[in-house]
Amino acid sequence: MSYVPHTPDEIHTMLECIGVSRVEDLFDTIPRSLRQRAELKLPAPLSERSLLAYVRARAELNLSAGRSSSFLGAGAYHHFIPATVDALVSRGEFATAYTPYQAEVSQGTLQAIFEFQTMICQLTGLEVANASLYDGGSAAAEAALMALRLTHRKRIYLSPALHPHYQQVIRTYTRGVGAELELLPAETDGRTATTELAPDTAAVILQQPGFFGCIEDLARAAECAREVGALCISVTPEPLALALLRPPGELGVDIACGEAQGFGVPLSFGGPYIGFLAARQKFVRQLPGRLIGETVDSEGQRAFVMTLTTREQHIRRERATSNICTNQGLCMLRVTIYLALLGRKGLRSLAEINLSLATYAKSKLQQAGLRLPYSAPTFNEFVVEVPDLEARHAALVEQGIVPGLPLGELDPQRRDQLLVCTTEMNSREDIDRLARELTA
Amino acid sequence: MSTPGRSGLIFDEALLFERSRVDRPGIPLEDPEVPCVDPREVIEPKLVRDDIEGFPELSELDVVRHFTRLSQWNYGIDSGFYPLGSCTMKYNPKLNDLAAQLPGLVDLHPLAPETAIQGTLALAHELEEALAEIAGLDRVTLQPAAGAQAELVGMMMIRAYHRSRGDDQRVRVLIPDTAHGTNPASAALTGMEIAEVKSGADGILHPEQLAPLLDERTSALMLTNPNTLGLFETHAEELAERVHAAGGLVYLDGANMNALMGVAKPGHMGVDVMHFNLHKTFSTPHGGGGPGSGPLAVRNILAPFLPTPVIHREGDRYRLDNEFPYSIGRVHAFFGNAGIYLRALAYIRTLGAAGLTEVTQRAVLNANYLLARLREQYDVPHDRRVMHECVLTDRRQQATGVTTADIAKRLMDYGFHPPTIYFPLVVHGALMIEPTECESLESLDAFIEAMERIANEAATSPELVTGAPRRPKVRRLDEVRAARHPRLRWSAPDAES
Amino acid sequence: MRSHANPIFQQEELMTAKTYHISDDCRYGRTDEWIRLDGTVARVGLSDYAQSELSDIVFVELPSVGTQVEAGEPFGVVESVKAVSDLFAPVSGEIVEVHENLEEHPEWVNEDPYGRGWIIGIAPEDLDAIDGLLTPEDYRAYIKERSEK
Repeated sequence: MSYVPHTPDEIHTMLECIGVSRVEDLFDTIPRSLRQRAELKLPAPLSERSLLAYVRARAELNLSAGRSSSFLGAGAYHHFIPATVDALVSRGEFATAYTPYQAEVSQGTLQAIFEFQTMICQLTGLEVANASLYDGGSAAAEAALMALRLTHRKRIYLSPALHPHYQQVIRTYTRGVGAELELLPAETDGRTATTELAPDTAAVILQQPGFFGCIEDLARAAECAREVGALCISVTPEPLALALLRPPGELGVDIACGEAQGFGVPLSFGGPYIGFLAARQKFVRQLPGRLIGETVDSEGQRAFVMTLTTREQHIRRERATSNICTNQGLCMLRVTIYLALLGRKGLRSLAEINLSLATYAKSKLQQAGLRLPYSAPTFNEFVVEVPDLEARHAALVEQGIVPGLPLGELDPQRRDQLLVCTTEMNSREDIDRLARELTA
Repeated sequence: MSTPGRSGLIFDEALLFERSRVDRPGIPLEDPEVPCVDPREVIEPKLVRDDIEGFPELSELDVVRHFTRLSQWNYGIDSGFYPLGSCTMKYNPKLNDLAAQLPGLVDLHPLAPETAIQGTLALAHELEEALAEIAGLDRVTLQPAAGAQAELVGMMMIRAYHRSRGDDQRVRVLIPDTAHGTNPASAALTGMEIAEVKSGADGILHPEQLAPLLDERTSALMLTNPNTLGLFETHAEELAERVHAAGGLVYLDGANMNALMGVAKPGHMGVDVMHFNLHKTFSTPHGGGGPGSGPLAVRNILAPFLPTPVIHREGDRYRLDNEFPYSIGRVHAFFGNAGIYLRALAYIRTLGAAGLTEVTQRAVLNANYLLARLREQYDVPHDRRVMHECVLTDRRQQATGVTTADIAKRLMDYGFHPPTIYFPLVVHGALMIEPTECESLESLDAFIEAMERIANEAATSPELVTGAPRRPKVRRLDEVRAARHPRLRWSAPDAES
Repeated sequence: MRSHANPIFQQEELMTAKTYHISDDCRYGRTDEWIRLDGTVARVGLSDYAQSELSDIVFVELPSVGTQVEAGEPFGVVESVKAVSDLFAPVSGEIVEVHENLEEHPEWVNEDPYGRGWIIGIAPEDLDAIDGLLTPEDYRAYIKERSEK
């Protein structure tokens, strides 16, 4: 199977028209010495039926969130995805189109992105948003790079409650441009202390809610940043929190970015996900990535088009605001459809359901005798201390319960800490069982 | 001539926000069976928002109709011939979508315990091995989310390699004038400087033109092969030898692997590191501009610098290794676009070695056939054998006032997606056409006929071409207005000044 | 002016001979900026040829007043839909004026390149440096030479 349609006669006709006798002759610009002599060493081809059987057999080796009682969050969230989302994104006109360079035959993708940009602005309380980035990690890195360009400074403070993987991505991305990254101290309640900033600071980056679940006081952080002429960047890996918390833009945050996977994009082992990035209007020319704008066609009809493209790599090449050449088109579409389905009230209700479940889980675990180390308020994720966590965790996984993320994997000092997330996918019964089993 | 055909009704459709009605019930939510918490009781009230102002309120059917109508304004590979050069718009098999979305894969959490992710790691490892074999290189990382991110990773690895040898001064990257814009943008992001290499009058690079640029500051040559003119860089091996002799490494932009797969291995041409665009050569859907996936293949000398985590196989168990002291670090929050690269694995496993080679052969056959037919009426700037795509120009139409942009727009009226236009930059008025292996002789002939008609129209009634398109939902757009006064979001009418 | 062209939306110039307005009271740089001395301040803008090559200008990135510039160094950027181009200082000196109206009205550079499309005012370090630039006649010949290439 290779999806090629030519009949032997057609091949003959085409070769004759080209003026060669064999298909192999078409490769005569490749020196003979560089051509492969042997066929590729790959497993024998599978039929459609056997391919599915083969993949299914491996899929069954996984203990996925759908097949377990999972309390994992930490940057990837198990939320319910309405059937409508999959049905609509599967339409070939969306899935098999390319970047909307030819606007006249890409209005569907373009209008959807314009709607996405609008909803990201509404959620973050900021004025402009781009068409999306690879994921939350690279969105945070792009925000950091943007701050370096805007301030012409090098020092960036990271919250210790910024997702450790995001911290690593920021480090990787900013190394080449000579950024100096420093960690801020933490308060005892789990929030980030932002008062001691050097005068040459480019940006302060906080996660909202923090990696350990604590809801930050972004207004205070933004104030501290402003005092030294730095930008305040918020990073939100769980986008549902934006439906409940004061929007970063209203609190003085200059760039709000994060991960929108929680809005209708499946877990899929970490990707494809979708980074979002919103900022103040005055920074629009320093935004990375694609932007869609409204305009009119030659007959005056409303239409949408890629705009301000001179920022991008295909024009500015080595002086572009980013090397990114894509957005996460289909994930962006998932998010837009999901948000349209949930809507103004539905999204808020879902956020309240998540909060209620986490509040219930916290009290259940406390009643079971476990300690919650942080007193700051949380959304749908929190840290609990579990004595002898390693052994208990392994035992629970055996029973099909993934109780959360053992934080000792990331920081040996947190050996007994478990990061627990509850979403609408976790029932009351699941939570009761978790509390029982963690203390059994 | 197959006409562009007719379609059902194309509907007008307002924005989501304009269709919204206050209190329209949306999809129902499940009762959580735990006590409802008022957010202000558990979170300081100053941190809680009231409402999401302007957010839409729609019924499920409203949403279905909205996005169905939007989809009908798009052109996809599933709609028709999409000869967008350099983008490899081949058929995206539905089987691969199904395979990658099987339960167990699609709902797997990236931080699930190692015992819970063995199936996905096995599949990922198998893909790494297949890609290494196709590249003729030693190791592969699946972490880069797209080709441009892979370029960035590759450049960082090259820089780390030179530094590990005390060669801190190797900061100059040589990039041909035909390269994709991402190449210089990615290299610049690593803090390196760019030097442009001119291609020859025949459209390819020549060792003599490269030689004067090579010295102790050379970090790498970033090559695209076949290049963006669709021409094989015949001197690839000698170019690589010279770069290596000067102490540099060779990066290959693998955007055009559709012309090499199964026929020639980059690793045998002196390439040290290359990326694949799985959304091009390996048929994963382009999705209206992503998500893609850009695995990177490297020679063993670069393996210590791979981004973390790295997949290790130990017997029939797999583990993720984060302890890689020379690693450039992490570039993705998790492990790259698994949902995409699993589709590519399904493609490779269903085609096998013979199928992949056949893909390459037919892609090259289709491109050369198009060139042979179209050269009668269109200017061909580099008239040599092409690989998987060919480049024409509007030179012969210019006297009539018809430009490449007009030809592109007129093709829409004939039912085709336009080729890539005005790229590569070294060709004035380029029309870059990539048919892919998936198109039959009939669809190529229909496209050729449309191109011939347009050439005739340009000569006899150019206004038909310069006034195109007439058939899509919208006519040509006012891009100047969009850029001078950017409107990047919807605002409620009363909120506007 | 040195452009990075947009490969996607670039509209081509017709190969027909065009005539460009070359103002007689200016001198010109080889990167297509004009300069006109008035007292001790010299205004700088883009020539008619340059604005026509760029087509519709959508954005002008201006420097701040007080910036020191060196002859031949970039001081700002103009963008059209199809391209982005650096602006180069024809002479060394201090920037004493910037034309802030262009932020709202970039189209003035197209409509009236030698008049309300002016971009900055420089206080030149050396007034004689202006005399070393291309005269209108030289500049006309220079454009002709390039369009024949």
